[in-house]
Amino acid sequence: MYFGLPDDAVALKEGLRDVLATACTPTTIRAAWDGDPCEQLWKMLGEFGVPGLLVSEENGGLGLDELGFVAALEELGYAGVPGPVVETLISLAIAPLPMDGSARVAVQALNGPTPHAAVSTHVLDLSGTLYELTNGADEVTETVDRSRQLATFEGEPLDIDLSDDDVALFERRGALGTAALLLGLARRQLDLTVDYVRTRKQFGVQIGSFQAIKHPLADAVVGTEFAWPVVLRAAQAIIDRDDEADLYVSMAKALASDAAYRMSRVCLQAHGAMGYTVEYDLHLFAKRTWALSKDWGTASDHRELVAEHLGIRSDV
Amino acid sequence: MDLRETEAEQQFRAEARDWLEEHVPHGLPSGDTKEGFALHLEWEKALFDARYAVVSWPEQYGGRGASVWEWIAFEEEYYRAGGPQRVTQNGIFLLAPTIFEFGSQEQQDTLLPRMASAQDLWCQGWSEPGSGSDLASLKSRADKVDGGWKLSGQKTWTTRGAFCTHLFGLFRTDPESERHHGLTYFLLPLDTPGVTVRGFARLDGDEGFAEVFLDDAFVPDSAVLGEVGKGWSVAMATTGSERGLTLRSPGRYTATVDRLLEVAADRDPDDSEVQRLAQAWMDAEAYRLFTLQQVTNERAGRGRAGESSLNKLFWSELDIRLHELALDLLGPDAELEGPWSKGFQFSLSGPIYAGTNEVQRNIVSERLLGLPRK
Repeated sequence: MYFGLPDDAVALKEGLRDVLATACTPTTIRAAWDGDPCEQLWKMLGEFGVPGLLVSEENGGLGLDELGFVAALEELGYAGVPGPVVETLISLAIAPLPMDGSARVAVQALNGPTPHAAVSTHVLDLSGTLYELTNGADEVTETVDRSRQLATFEGEPLDIDLSDDDVALFERRGALGTAALLLGLARRQLDLTVDYVRTRKQFGVQIGSFQAIKHPLADAVVGTEFAWPVVLRAAQAIIDRDDEADLYVSMAKALASDAAYRMSRVCLQAHGAMGYTVEYDLHLFAKRTWALSKDWGTASDHRELVAEHLGIRSDV
Repeated sequence: MDLRETEAEQQFRAEARDWLEEHVPHGLPSGDTKEGFALHLEWEKALFDARYAVVSWPEQYGGRGASVWEWIAFEEEYYRAGGPQRVTQNGIFLLAPTIFEFGSQEQQDTLLPRMASAQDLWCQGWSEPGSGSDLASLKSRADKVDGGWKLSGQKTWTTRGAFCTHLFGLFRTDPESERHHGLTYFLLPLDTPGVTVRGFARLDGDEGFAEVFLDDAFVPDSAVLGEVGKGWSVAMATTGSERGLTLRSPGRYTATVDRLLEVAADRDPDDSEVQRLAQAWMDAEAYRLFTLQQVTNERAGRGRAGESSLNKLFWSELDIRLHELALDLLGPDAELEGPWSKGFQFSLSGPIYAGTNEVQRNIVSERLLGLPRK
């Protein structure tokens, strides 16, 4: 028995942590909010092999499995890497696209405009069409996290062959990767908050010494700490083609969504008014958390799936 | 990641399952009453005779030398089979790991086999009337005399103290000392002259508590566990066990959730109850997975200070949620005396014993997050 990331995933995670500390700063994220596709950052991710992480080595990728995938995404979440991060990694695993960071793939929303379409090079429609985008955003719908702007798009359609299994795996990976990204975002907000409450003084002492600050933070940490092993278990279930892969993926997304949202809520409160301004960085990570906690299925959606799996769904 | 059990582990689990299915007693009364306790002791002796009382201990002390993975598997099977809460738990799960770490060879050889066979039954003497969460303020003292110590003071909230035979506790050996300095960990029989025990009832009405009065009770030097004056660090090893894995293995909660789902199957849960049932199942499973990760990390030397406080916060809150949901499903029947109402009342003690959850939140924020103490 060994429950944890394999060495290659740990090495990738640590490497990414180092480079992203300088390659993706809050300034980078703010540029993305202004519409910058952050090509330099994506090129750097390409040099690291991140976009082709799930692509086999024969096909030029890193050939890592879902454990490497969640390890990398947790760090990308921590750094707040803008753009369709999860979507690109899982799309490159099924569509022949460059892995050097020049392709950023959004996933066609079920109805209406697509998140990230304005800064992407491609849009994948799961019914089996890949669009190569020919011009920028047609019509942009603003989002709370401005790096996720929805847009309609025009592009050259290219048929790709997607089996039901491909689509099922794609959806599992999408929910799982988003869960990992959320826990990285949560860890970043926690770090910002720990730094803040150790520095900020009121009533003559650091506010981090107050139990009114400590206890909600401790509870939020319990949430994220117990969600991470479930993310790992779900990754392993996908690797094993386990019958329970869907169950574990739903658990991972439900727990990570709730835990990351809870963390964002507590961290904002611990900052007092300082968190309630776009001039301070916390909101860059909080708003991504709000969006992603609802993307790829809400916590309630996934609990419903778990209930169905367990046979406890009430008959309507 | 390797989630497979070895062949030996599978065999261990299968044998334990077969034995437990055949032997676990059902419908035992509470072990926190005099009559119930006696019946639980019979069960403890049956476990010992089958060498299932203390599976993780070395064979010479009555165990099987089981690995921690096998121990987790045993616990899963134990609670899956409906095994009762262990009345010996404060000895075998809390004191024993501390004796293994700090005890002399002689202490190990004399105390452990009698503990395993439920001949000696241990209770914990830490809290005092004036020292609860602030344990380091304790006042019970031990005065040095020829060949030993004279203990005096009062301990309280001693679980099953009225039925146990022995006490482990903290006493101040250096009268000049303050806080966690100058404390010593003592082990003593409750029939020592000068010791008086008075049982009293818990929230659920059972006589599960006791207060212990010590009036110049003499104990020999060999009653000291670890070094004189180092009792605090010895005690902290015990609290790590109490908050973390050894006392509250994941099998307890996965088994409770299984029973909860049985309750739900007989009723018609509404949408919000369905959501809570799914959450309950996920949380118990998350606790199990967290535990596997924790054991892996500890074996790899990557354990974190204060991590057992995360366990304690999680399992204690989870246990209450599981029972609250069961009572909601039972509706008007929830008020009837029975396993769920009993279990609910017991679950309410979870955030209080083993260090209140308020103390645990301090530990998480100070040791894991590095927030300032004051």
